[in-house]
Amino acid sequence: MPGEVDREELRRMVEAGAQLVEVLPEEEYAEDHLPRAISLPLRRLDDEASTTLDRNRPVIVYCWDSA
Amino acid sequence: MSPRAAWRLESLGFGDVHEYRGGKLDWMAAGLPTEGTNAKRPRVGRLADTDVPTCRLDDRLGDVRDRTRKQGWDAAVVINSERVVFGLLRAKELDLQADHQVSQAMRPGPSTFRPYVLADEVATYLHDHELENVVITTSDGRLVGLLRKENVSR
Repeated sequence: MPGEVDREELRRMVEAGAQLVEVLPEEEYAEDHLPRAISLPLRRLDDEASTTLDRNRPVIVYCWDSA
Repeated sequence: MSPRAAWRLESLGFGDVHEYRGGKLDWMAAGLPTEGTNAKRPRVGRLADTDVPTCRLDDRLGDVRDRTRKQGWDAAVVINSERVVFGLLRAKELDLQADHQVSQAMRPGPSTFRPYVLADEVATYLHDHELENVVITTSDGRLVGLLRKENVSR
């Protein structure tokens, strides 16, 4: 079951090497994204997750809010 | 969207997956920096006047008016002890009967904007609604400041 992190945990984990992933459409990522985040829109997750992300490091995903 | 992404990653074999529930909204509402094409455009949180006069529901209107105008303002924000915004007194309300309570005179539940909103979006809103100012609050309703038209149309 995926865990939940708050702002502070996110900062700490990213600092320690976690991969931060914005799953919103690419245009929204281009306008604003969190520092160190990469763009992997939900629709491309199935095809690209394995090549884009490292399975040996934690992954944190986010979108606009939890909706 | 992010809950689905987190679960899908797990199903694809990723073992250490987390979700930042607050998302970009929470991050930006906290005033933290972002990167991207919008990052350098001015946002209302930085342009709002944080020294706007404030008052409480049970203050006497005449006292608030005197205090507000003495500070060179034509508006005051009605808040509680937690700085949660209850109402707004613009020039018209400030000029109502001096012995009214603020709660009788204020505009309740004024429209508010979050600090991360782009300044030009609010400038358009102020223009379209013929307003002189608008209240900026955090996502939990606490006062950040008052954004005046002249602050976004410079």
